[in-house]
Amino acid sequence: MTRSIAQMLEAHPLFADLPDDAADLVAGCARNVAFEAGAKLIVEGDAADTFYLVRRGRVAIEVHVPGRGPVVLETVGAGAIVGWSWLVPPYRWTFDARAIEPVGAIAIDGACLRAKAQAEPAFGFALLTRISVELLARLQATRMRLLDLYGVRRDR
Amino acid sequence: MTGDAAPATSVALAMAPRGPRHAMTPVVHRVFAVRHETIDVTTISLEPVTGPRLTFRPGQFNMLSAFGVGESAISVSSAPRDAGPLRHTVRDVGPVTHALCESSVGDLIGVRGPFGSDWQVPGRGERDVVDASDTVVVAGGIGLAPLRGAVDELVARYGEGGGRVFVFVGAREPSQVVFHRDLELWKRSGARVEVTVDRGSPGWSGHVGLVTSLLSSSEFDPSNAKALICGPEIMIRFTARALVDQGVAAGRILVSLERNMQCGLGWCGHCQLGPFLLCRDGPVVAYAGMVSVLLTERER
Repeated sequence: MTRSIAQMLEAHPLFADLPDDAADLVAGCARNVAFEAGAKLIVEGDAADTFYLVRRGRVAIEVHVPGRGPVVLETVGAGAIVGWSWLVPPYRWTFDARAIEPVGAIAIDGACLRAKAQAEPAFGFALLTRISVELLARLQATRMRLLDLYGVRRDR
Repeated sequence: MTGDAAPATSVALAMAPRGPRHAMTPVVHRVFAVRHETIDVTTISLEPVTGPRLTFRPGQFNMLSAFGVGESAISVSSAPRDAGPLRHTVRDVGPVTHALCESSVGDLIGVRGPFGSDWQVPGRGERDVVDASDTVVVAGGIGLAPLRGAVDELVARYGEGGGRVFVFVGAREPSQVVFHRDLELWKRSGARVEVTVDRGSPGWSGHVGLVTSLLSSSEFDPSNAKALICGPEIMIRFTARALVDQGVAAGRILVSLERNMQCGLGWCGHCQLGPFLLCRDGPVVAYAGMVSVLLTERER
């Protein structure tokens, strides 16, 4: 059975357990997409108009470093949100996102979702709270990696 | 496993075959093989010069002597069902471990032990009850070494109808991942094995990120899972919290902690952590209760 966009949204952690009409509200901004391995979901410098909720597959968040090529900063999989820059001005991507393997995702129009969040403040607050949870988790994980937990101790 | 802060229960096993007086005397072993796992991690395989091979349980450690240099606590990285020599995986971080890592086939090394508690994974012939619950194993860096024997047993049990095994390994970079062959073997035997690194390198197509990031998208059943964690202490702290947040009962989480192990018998007190003497009451302890508090305790 083919699932509707609203059903797919409800199955994703970002929208799971929100009031029933939330997924229907967002569905108008969303579409089902698929990427081949190696395809770019997001390109640094482009307008941050569409972000992705990963349903399957893995995505590398990376940056091109002159002389080194693409450097993978993080990989994310099913349940992850790919792209934050649609949330805040200047709405421009700061990193690349590339499918490491075939990826299934829900693409969401950022401007459309922002408009719905502004029109429905309760929904907007719930949405931003959930996004903040994910952002916080990613920030904390990044901070932990800065500790270089497994590195060789230099104080010996 | 109970939910209280009591140490793992098989402490007595560490001393069973040999009395305390003899436990201070190293048994001379000969280096049978040396394998360089990474740039600073080496596995040495040891055979006793005389007498039988030492028996141990996964998670226990031995005190290894580099004669003329000193003694250091090193976890056994063999699996009990390995028929070959006793293996220890050593990271070169100081004079003793450097000497151990530099040892060659035929060199003599002193071994005292095994000491301490274990991962409480029943070995061959001890499986009266089939435990069908999932086991989540989380290792950071060389923390996989003390877990290797336990994972081997768990994977073997899975093949015999036991619970599923999920192995999550974190490392600094791909070249720092140890036990590639075992990871592949476990995967082929049905375990879910995921490796993540803090920094990718050219050609690395695996995960990049903190080891805890692998937990939330995994398929284990938190309500029916137990967990074994070993690695840098801060990684243990955050991993244990993440598992509890995900629904794993704190009382079903075992962690391996390390302090300055010296006598191995709880006599000298160098390895004290709160009410525990980790050489005797650990290294494997229950996360619930006192340990979860001690892991956040700061030096004064």
